[in-house]
Amino acid sequence: MVSRTTDDYEMLALAGCEVLCEPAFWAGFDRSSAAGFYDYFRQLTEYEPKRAAKYGIKHYCWLCINPKEADDPVFAREVMALIPEFLDCPTVLGIGEIGLNKNTRNELAIFEEHVQLAVDRDLPILIHTPHLEDKLKGTRLTLDLLASFSNLDRNKVIIDHVEEHTIAPVLDAGYWAGMTLYPQSKCSLSRAVDMIEVYGPDRLWMNSACDWGVSDPLAVPRCLQEMKRRHHSAADIQRIAYQHPKQFLSQSARFQP
Amino acid sequence: MTPTKQELLDLQFVDARHKLIDLAAFLDRIDRHPGEPDYRMEAMKKTLSILLSDRPDRARAVLEAFSDHSTEPIPQAVFQGAFGAPRPA
Repeated sequence: MVSRTTDDYEMLALAGCEVLCEPAFWAGFDRSSAAGFYDYFRQLTEYEPKRAAKYGIKHYCWLCINPKEADDPVFAREVMALIPEFLDCPTVLGIGEIGLNKNTRNELAIFEEHVQLAVDRDLPILIHTPHLEDKLKGTRLTLDLLASFSNLDRNKVIIDHVEEHTIAPVLDAGYWAGMTLYPQSKCSLSRAVDMIEVYGPDRLWMNSACDWGVSDPLAVPRCLQEMKRRHHSAADIQRIAYQHPKQFLSQSARFQP
Repeated sequence: MTPTKQELLDLQFVDARHKLIDLAAFLDRIDRHPGEPDYRMEAMKKTLSILLSDRPDRARAVLEAFSDHSTEPIPQAVFQGAFGAPRPA
């Protein structure tokens, strides 16, 4: 978790976390060169697994240039050219978190190229959906783009940060849906449990935002407590907390639960 | 077994009350301070009637009311962030 202190790994270990996966994402500011991404990919594939291992946690990652830095296609393709070198690293699960930020034409073009890369290598895909007012449109554009890939295995795609207005089309189209838990601005613990109750648990998982902003690595265990308070069975809690992530991530040959 | 309304109220009413009062105070605060009308406040006021409706998907309706409903990708991003309500064209 490149944005977090080591204390957070310790807290996760104390909460029972044994495996985590970290997407390549925006670090809170734009990197000025492709070389900056090269260092970042090394950090994700070399340093973070060692840092997590000190607390008994297996660390996996996803690689890409995130959509916030993908609106300059020349720069984005420079970064994308670095990715194949890292795809054979033992902890790289797939391509992500790709997708859209402000729903621009260039973001869409780079998104498409990332999906093609994943399809060519038969890798799972983790997709970011835009923030706030841009999420609905971005999710629709995302689903339209993915539908154009006739050979895409939808079961190997998770569309993340769904909320009440985007979860149904994602699940209806056959993709996995991720609920990203945030103390502010996105999905709260209570709303995540609402979505499990309304839409059912199939192809749903939840994740803690652990980024540079206001976020809480322990959001998932807190949400599991919320499920317990609302009388969800131990089996249902285990399904969301453990079986679903294991089921999805096991589609990567690298994943060893 | 699904919790009853009473159980959920016992668990969450005070928290929901707190959030509602915080929203009311926010509206008072914005009214009290100087400045021009803002598209975000207009968008928020439009969602308030959804809360009083009997529909079963109020959260979805509020999120949709705060969403950009255009369908075409834009030529270029002029900023990276989001403000919570679509800016008027």
